[in-house]
Amino acid sequence: MIEVAAIKKGTVIDHIAAGQGLWIFNKLNLGQLGHPVVLLMNVPSKRLGKKDIIKIENYTDVDTAMLGLIGSSITVNIIENEHVVDKVPVFIPDEVRGLFSCGNPRCVTNSDAYVIPLFHLHDARSLAYVCEYCEEITKVAWK
Amino acid sequence: MIDLRGRHLISPNDLDLREISSIMSLAQSMQQNLSSYASLCRGKILATLFYEPSTRTKLSFESAMLRMGGNILGFSDASTTAVSKGESIADTIRVLDSYADIVVMRHPKEGAPKLAAQYSRVPLINGGDGGHQHPTQTLTDLLTIHMYLGRTTHLKVAFCGDLKYGRTVHSLIETLARYPGATFYLISPEELRLPPRLKEHLEQHSDCALIECRRMEEALPAVDILYMTRIQKERFFNEADYLRLKNSYVLDSEKLAQAKAGMLVMHPLPRVNEIAYEIDADPRAVYFRQAELGVYARMSLMAHLLGVDGL
Repeated sequence: MIEVAAIKKGTVIDHIAAGQGLWIFNKLNLGQLGHPVVLLMNVPSKRLGKKDIIKIENYTDVDTAMLGLIGSSITVNIIENEHVVDKVPVFIPDEVRGLFSCGNPRCVTNSDAYVIPLFHLHDARSLAYVCEYCEEITKVAWK
Repeated sequence: MIDLRGRHLISPNDLDLREISSIMSLAQSMQQNLSSYASLCRGKILATLFYEPSTRTKLSFESAMLRMGGNILGFSDASTTAVSKGESIADTIRVLDSYADIVVMRHPKEGAPKLAAQYSRVPLINGGDGGHQHPTQTLTDLLTIHMYLGRTTHLKVAFCGDLKYGRTVHSLIETLARYPGATFYLISPEELRLPPRLKEHLEQHSDCALIECRRMEEALPAVDILYMTRIQKERFFNEADYLRLKNSYVLDSEKLAQAKAGMLVMHPLPRVNEIAYEIDADPRAVYFRQAELGVYARMSLMAHLLGVDGL
């Protein structure tokens, strides 16, 4: 198995469903951070069978709202001196700003570049959100 | 008069029933004694920002402000403004709100007035946004209902036509559902049914009864009001769908004969062919009077939002 050294300080996003790591990497713009980042794919996992892991060195300000939308299995560990010092809870956010577009083609957020789409949780089970502006429901469907 | 100074009106839910009652009350007074209010808005300017064609709403607002002694400015064709150069709504409003004391905006995009209100320093009124909401039509409808039936509670109302994209329906049904004892008959083709979220909202947050019908005749004998709507060509992305659905419901004298003697036929106008011309002479047809009452409803609304009563 490929060995990747532990990071001294930073964030480990663990238990990502296999195949979603690259997508999260791109959505969080991790390639633009300027910090060392490692993406591990298809790592054997007791819980998931296979999983992806992302390690980011010297950076802890990860957008957990987006991770909450992607999957409840994900864990976010904050690392100091090679030890986990905090586990940031990942949950489905009540409010989401700018992470996805409104599904209503007539909504102003799809035509006015100035406005950032804002949604309020309508149904957690189906990941359904109500648009702040047009009040239509958008179901979040990743990938 | 209840103090609504400085407030925006984006959705009818922005007003509670007490505030709506205050607007109705002043509107009735204005209708009865128009000349007393001729100087109420002297020195005030209304900006009409109409990004989508409108006849009644725009002229009704302009008439309302002129009848109160105020002035108007604005546009009714966005292609002649900086909007056509790609200007955002936020930028437009941040400039125009310094030119006027109150703004009314109609926009084809749903949620546009809500966005504009976030940047406006003066009261902003939604004059209709896509298929979403049309709160001043609701005030007009409520005033009409109140003046003809003398009540807004325990009403049986049939909504007929385009219930999916019909913003006047969305605003009115949500408001009438806040009054006790409402029963709504929803008459539409399968493709133009009331949006599921609005239906769910009505079921969860009001005591209203919802009855879905495919034919007008199922509802006509029972209702106090028949609210007709036009199948709106401009809301369809596909012309074939519009052509297939446009003649779904037509009210003629034969159908109207099944209705109660005191039933009201209402319509936000413009109509195309969903109400036969022969109905116009029937005393139950109040849609032209409804359009007239819209001026008083808008006068009262603007007086409230500007904080002027002058009496």
